Amino acid sequence: MSTPAPATVRALELEKTARAQRLRRYGVWIAAAAILVGLPHVLRTPVAIPVMNQMGIAVVFALSYNMLLGQGGMLSFGHAVYFGLGGFIAAHVLNLAGRGVLYLPVPLLPLVGGLGGLVFAALFGSFSTTRAGTVFAMISLGVGELMASSALILDKFFGGEEGITTNRAKAPALLGLDFTTDRHVYYLIAFWALAAAAMMSAFSRTPVGRMANAVRDNPERAEFVGYSQRWVRFVSFCAAGLFAGVAGGLFAVNYEILTAENMGLSASGSVLLMTYIGGVGYFIGPILGAVIFTFLQSMLSDYTGMWLLYLGILFLATVLFVPAGFAGVLMLHAPAWRARRLGRLLGPYLLAGLLGLVVAVGVVGLLEMIHVVVSAPTGRTAKRLFWMTVDVRTLWPWLAFATLAVAGAVGLRWAAPQAAKAFTEASRPVETR
Amino acid sequence: MLELVLFSLLNGLVFATLLFMLSSGLTLIFGMMGVLNFAHAGFYMLGAYFAYTLTGYLGFWPALVVAPLLVGLLGAAVERYGLRRVHRFGHLAELIFTFGVAVVIEEVVQLAWGRTAKSYEVPALLDFPLFRLFRTSFPAYKAFMLLVSVGIFVFLFAILTRTRAGLIIQASLTHPGMVAMLGHDVPRVFMLVFGTGSALAGLAGVIAGPVLGTFPGMAQVLGTIVFVVVVIGGLGSLTGAFAASLLIAIVQTFAVALDVSLSSALATVGLRMSAGGMLQDLWKVTIAQVAPIMPYLLLVLILVVRPTGLFGTRET
Repeated sequence: MSTPAPATVRALELEKTARAQRLRRYGVWIAAAAILVGLPHVLRTPVAIPVMNQMGIAVVFALSYNMLLGQGGMLSFGHAVYFGLGGFIAAHVLNLAGRGVLYLPVPLLPLVGGLGGLVFAALFGSFSTTRAGTVFAMISLGVGELMASSALILDKFFGGEEGITTNRAKAPALLGLDFTTDRHVYYLIAFWALAAAAMMSAFSRTPVGRMANAVRDNPERAEFVGYSQRWVRFVSFCAAGLFAGVAGGLFAVNYEILTAENMGLSASGSVLLMTYIGGVGYFIGPILGAVIFTFLQSMLSDYTGMWLLYLGILFLATVLFVPAGFAGVLMLHAPAWRARRLGRLLGPYLLAGLLGLVVAVGVVGLLEMIHVVVSAPTGRTAKRLFWMTVDVRTLWPWLAFATLAVAGAVGLRWAAPQAAKAFTEASRPVETR
Repeated sequence: MLELVLFSLLNGLVFATLLFMLSSGLTLIFGMMGVLNFAHAGFYMLGAYFAYTLTGYLGFWPALVVAPLLVGLLGAAVERYGLRRVHRFGHLAELIFTFGVAVVIEEVVQLAWGRTAKSYEVPALLDFPLFRLFRTSFPAYKAFMLLVSVGIFVFLFAILTRTRAGLIIQASLTHPGMVAMLGHDVPRVFMLVFGTGSALAGLAGVIAGPVLGTFPGMAQVLGTIVFVVVVIGGLGSLTGAFAASLLIAIVQTFAVALDVSLSSALATVGLRMSAGGMLQDLWKVTIAQVAPIMPYLLLVLILVVRPTGLFGTRET
């Protein structure tokens, strides 16, 4: 009895891999928590904290949206309804707490928002999840427009054009946290964002979360297994509404104001944009998308009035060339990473990226100059672009930017296939002897 | 009262033909490719802006022809170089792509023409009241709108039902595979239909711009309404689009004119609602105020009760 039986060896190995997987799964969350705690100490610029707060809210919102789009295959054009309603309810409850009508400390407010989102998701979901596909998309659009227009009619609850304001400092303090600074709010948002992300990740592992994938891919077979596709969609929809409401509650705490715009079509549209840019096929996708989108939005809006145009172009490019989104592109490189060949990609990628940057500089330059010609007050013809001042009346900047755009595009046509070839080479499975 | 009913009907008719000009293209595109084109209203807006600029150089009448042609070419290009590429990734990707195109069109319009409304005006030739009934006059331009729309429909129906090209298009709607087997270039038919639909939307923009206003939000104002029309009528059904255009237009124009609220309606039956609480406004809202949300209410109701729409035969 010196060597254990083969079956025992296999069982031991299985348990080992299972333990490694568990460790990796929890490790990711612990690392994320550590990063979230440390970030405000590393990024010390004054704009960092507000931007990170905005990102945290966007991450929760985008993740909840992907429960519908990515995991359930339901394209919604009205997800901001649950975000907005959760936010409005949270704002009203915060006002009540401020007046001492009920006792509720600020840290628990996102729960109130989530409850509000859940109730309305259950209400609207009861009839909109009967079907998937275009019918679902159209109902969500109708409900979205309905609620956005109603918000302007029901003045008392939605506050009309001005919206509802609130004050987080008036609510009872819990453990000495009074949320008078952005940093306090940051930790609140970080906690809830992490908790919500962990819960949504856990939800995708539950049987109903797995069935959501099955219903997305083949509703008929899911029915044959014994699940009602309608019920599965309804549960996903309610869960998505719940977390959208949590995001809305966080929004109410952070900005202390909610307007009808927060639940309009453009709010629903931007969550679609950020989720899709990030990649709907992976859990990490919406997180990446929300961070990138919010970063670009807050950075670009300082420099240009046309940030939405750039984001729109980025979105179109994503749909056309990398429909799997940023996360999808990252994940495509897993085989190359495992084969330890990522280094070989550096050269071709750098070249293609550089040429892409040249195209971007040319196009952005041209667009910005057109913008000056069209919208600047008369007499103003100078514009600071890429650390120099150009005059739109002279010919050379137009020529220079056009040359950059065209030359870059020509170069990219040559460099992109090279990069693709290098990628295919690097992803080839390692030959085993 | 008669005056109100008559003019509401006339205005409703003008609005309905405008809606049909937009929805006919959209429903044809959907029937053929299975894509709800979010950018459709964007092409409508481009039509108005192109016409505004061209009117400055060429005058209104040449612009009436040239602007829709330009929009049609642009639409064909979007299909050829965008949609056809995305087609491989499925319907969801196509829908999302057209959504992106709509966002970009709106931003490009703001870039090229600025954020403020443009004074694109009724041509002087048509700027007079056509007739006067009771105390209200009916502008000649609206009659012109009606004339153009009706002319276009007669033309469109004639092509679709009386010519060989129309036959191929109708066949591609239901049996694209079979049509391709018979040696027709189905992708080219798709491109032509998409281009024609966009051109129709552009034409609608050209003639609606002076009346409904030419501003960057005009696509959003009409865009969702046109969606509602197409869905209520039944996706892919031209007859449905026509009936739904009439329905929505008449409902909207009449609702705007009615000043009745829930509490006043209940009061006539003898019920008194005491105002109070968060939702007190609910009782005081008049039908005129509710007019903008009526189409969406109808949309949700129809989809819940009859997902194929009034005249449709399929859901997606």
